[in-house]
Amino acid sequence: MAQKVGNQTFVLDRKVYWREGVCIVGPKEKEGPLGKYFDQKEDEDFGEDTWEKAEARFVSATYAKLLAKSKINENMVDCIFAGDLLNQCIATGNGLKKTGRPYFGLYGACSTMAESLILASLLIDGGGANNAVCLTSSNFASAEKQFRFPMELGNQRAPDAQWTVTGAGACLLSSDNMGENCPVIVSVTPGKMVDYEVKDVNNMGAAMAPAAAFTIQAHLSDLNFSPDYYDMIVTGDLGITGKKLCREILKKNGLDIDLKDCGEMIFDPETQGTCAGGSGCACSAVVLNGYILRKLRENALNKVLFVATGALMSPISTKQGESIIGIAHAVSIQNM
Amino acid sequence: MNLEQKEYSKLVEKHSGKSNVFVNCLRAFLVGGIICVIAQIYNDILPFSEEVSKVHTTVFMVFFGALFTALNVYDNIGKFAGAGSIVPITGFANSIVSPAMEFRSEGRIMGVGAQMFVVAGPVLVYGISSTVVVGLIYFLLTR
Repeated sequence: MAQKVGNQTFVLDRKVYWREGVCIVGPKEKEGPLGKYFDQKEDEDFGEDTWEKAEARFVSATYAKLLAKSKINENMVDCIFAGDLLNQCIATGNGLKKTGRPYFGLYGACSTMAESLILASLLIDGGGANNAVCLTSSNFASAEKQFRFPMELGNQRAPDAQWTVTGAGACLLSSDNMGENCPVIVSVTPGKMVDYEVKDVNNMGAAMAPAAAFTIQAHLSDLNFSPDYYDMIVTGDLGITGKKLCREILKKNGLDIDLKDCGEMIFDPETQGTCAGGSGCACSAVVLNGYILRKLRENALNKVLFVATGALMSPISTKQGESIIGIAHAVSIQNM
Repeated sequence: MNLEQKEYSKLVEKHSGKSNVFVNCLRAFLVGGIICVIAQIYNDILPFSEEVSKVHTTVFMVFFGALFTALNVYDNIGKFAGAGSIVPITGFANSIVSPAMEFRSEGRIMGVGAQMFVVAGPVLVYGISSTVVVGLIYFLLTR
């Protein structure tokens, strides 16, 4: 059973293996700096007639690819933890409805990948499951439609706005490594909600930065680690602006960390017009299951702290003048 | 770990990106100007009276605003021009046609019908209301 250490960290007792990870992305993501690490590219509409169906196709295709790549029978999946950005997680629901496996729909905004990893690894650690799938998705067009403006509206993006990643990322966590050398989830730090009165929906990095800083600090102090312990501390989708803010908060509290950010890495803002970087549930999911998994397997990285960040808000809450709640969950992934 | 609200608000202010107002104004002036010049030329070559030409020109510009929206071109003009392509009447057409296209998937009634004015609606409501108020004041003053 996992042991709670310090204020909010759980150290896993059993080894929870990150058996396999897959990701399918849209064309813009494939053209980005990390393009070569992504398994498959599909058009944003995935051949469907609505953006919502397209996102569901990303989900079902990613799930199918994960099962095929990890060579396990679907019946061996004990449960699925998954979510997306659309109301009531409908892309995930429609994408996974035919699986016939137990399903937990999660909403942690863009932090959902880490949320699913935490819940799945705790369940496996407790002996409740042997294999669990964690999956998240987002789609630029479906997110724009729900949260912003119609696609064809001729407006400009704000300088701190972020670009929702089209794609889906999934991984299989397992109590058994099947004799393979897999990265292991060692400890997890669920984050607390933080509200610093940021109301600008075009600056979600600013809403999430304090949450990320608090979670990173909590993880390091709970386990009594220095930042050097990790080869890479990577946040989910703070973007360029949010990352600067997060680094500054950490620095004020005596932690000088060379942070990486999935949202910053996935696009080139100069050539791709993505302003402050990528966002969306798929952003950290595809970078984690594409780029970071590859680097861990190649031993270019051995200890990674993955801190996915989420901005909790809805179009209604922002119209009513509510501020954006930030959250960040941390997962420590290491080669053993 | 502590972080004061005021201190963080200052930090956000410091690190937030600033729009380049000068470049944006220049682009808006150029593109908005070109749109207006096209309308003016069309207006001038029409063989009708001034009253009739005005209406023709408006219809012409609205049609092309809608057409370029449908051809997935207007949003790209807007990305470059900002207010330059929002303010002219072509932008108004764009603000009605783009949600109509977007919400077509929700059906003709609850999709296109209900959502068509989701962007332009406030402009219509407050535009028409203010004309009534201004008209009323004008009427009272000139009575």
